[in-house]
Amino acid sequence: MSSLITRRALVAGAAGSAGLLLSGCDQIAENPTFRKILFSGNDIHRAMQRLLSTDRSLAKEFSESEMSPVFRANGTLNPGTPEYNAHLANKFADFGLRVDGLVNRPLNISMAELKAMPTRTQITRHDCVEGWSAIGKWHGPMLGNILKAADVKSSARHIVFHCADLFHGKNYYTSIDMFDAFHPQTILAWAMNNAPITVAHGAPIRLRAERQLGYKHAKYVMRVEAVASLAGIGMGQGGYWEDNVDYDNYAGI
Amino acid sequence: MDGIAKIDSPASHAEPIRPVNAPRQWIYKHQVTTRIWHWINVVTVFIMIGSGLGILNAHPHLYWGQYGANLDPAWLHLPRWPGWMTIPGHYNLALSRRWHMFFALVFGFGLLFFMISSLINRHFQRQLRISSGELSPGHLWFDIKEHLAFRFHDSKNPGAFNVLQKIAYASTIFFFIPTLILTGLAMSPGMNAAWPWLIELFGGRSSARSIHFIGMVALIGFIVVHLALVMLAGPIGEIRSMITGYWQVPEERH
Repeated sequence: MSSLITRRALVAGAAGSAGLLLSGCDQIAENPTFRKILFSGNDIHRAMQRLLSTDRSLAKEFSESEMSPVFRANGTLNPGTPEYNAHLANKFADFGLRVDGLVNRPLNISMAELKAMPTRTQITRHDCVEGWSAIGKWHGPMLGNILKAADVKSSARHIVFHCADLFHGKNYYTSIDMFDAFHPQTILAWAMNNAPITVAHGAPIRLRAERQLGYKHAKYVMRVEAVASLAGIGMGQGGYWEDNVDYDNYAGI
Repeated sequence: MDGIAKIDSPASHAEPIRPVNAPRQWIYKHQVTTRIWHWINVVTVFIMIGSGLGILNAHPHLYWGQYGANLDPAWLHLPRWPGWMTIPGHYNLALSRRWHMFFALVFGFGLLFFMISSLINRHFQRQLRISSGELSPGHLWFDIKEHLAFRFHDSKNPGAFNVLQKIAYASTIFFFIPTLILTGLAMSPGMNAAWPWLIELFGGRSSARSIHFIGMVALIGFIVVHLALVMLAGPIGEIRSMITGYWQVPEERH
């Protein structure tokens, strides 16, 4: 039965080549040119999503009854640095949010000033890159208004958020571009679910960038910096995760 | 003549003329766009499944509804997929995502290319159109019996797909693959803002993620049956026809 042998050989061949292909994927991903092509997928998705979006395209907002019963905290749960502990001990009374970089009017905004600004309240879904999601309520001024108050220069292309926490010993930071920075749902939240943000969720200030994944929603924001290029920041990829673990800089996918 | 684009006998050019039997009939069965899409998908679907399982390892729990995280009730807890099943072969969510999102573009635009070209070259109208007669219980039952007897071709029209084949191909092309693509898009927070209706179509992000997984299981089911039938129908001839387009009508089985 030569045809049976052929079939067996084919099945074995297919299984064997599947195994080879799988390990081949890992090898080919080490090739710099292939890696560049693979990583370009992020730019293509960004370009296409931007074609389909306007600066007014809003993430869905939910009602109170649709909120997650428990909003899971992830990443750093407490920065625990001496400076942070000192701020926490006196309830961020001396804390000032720095807004600098490519701005005509650098700012140092106290928590009282921040809370006095016009706020936006939004009940949105937080999508973690891992696949889970949770719906919570966020309250804070629009980042766009803060950038306008600082008179951000037209040469600014990205807004970088420097955070209080060290993640695996490195300063956590992230960045978004101006399209998302001026989005109405991009806010510097100081309250979550009707209470001041807890330490686990990013006290005193957490960025909400609702059209992107959770790792862009920086907790413990200490400083907002407008830059023309990400090259000089961290390792130049636009964020802690982007620098250290090859995450996409555009986290809208 | 509908059904077959060309009938031709290249065997008679390649080989000396057989003295007794006339050369078996060759049929131009698969158009070039079908073949290109098929082989692109062999690679793409393989990568999408491997990288998808890699992504799933980050949170192997599935929920229904708008949200879902560790403390919410999951309808399915999945095992951790071993490294030999995932791309890359060790846990690396970022790289699994890079593979998945790049090849999602190939998968999505590949389907678009195939659909447009198959309307233009009439592959859909000629080979996949299911007539109401074919869906009658009598016809379906006849076709099931023919399959169980390992007779896959109608000797009067051997190049045509039988109705079970048409249902399998059409549901994959028009339902399962589009569902995978759309549920994938529905999980993107950027797309949720751009196309808010899309996620509602699936009942929320956690539902879209669950349907995405079920769609993958269905696609794997299709691949398993497809490969088994290729083996039974004669793998050499079937694979050759998927490369050259030409398929040799097998000798009739009794």
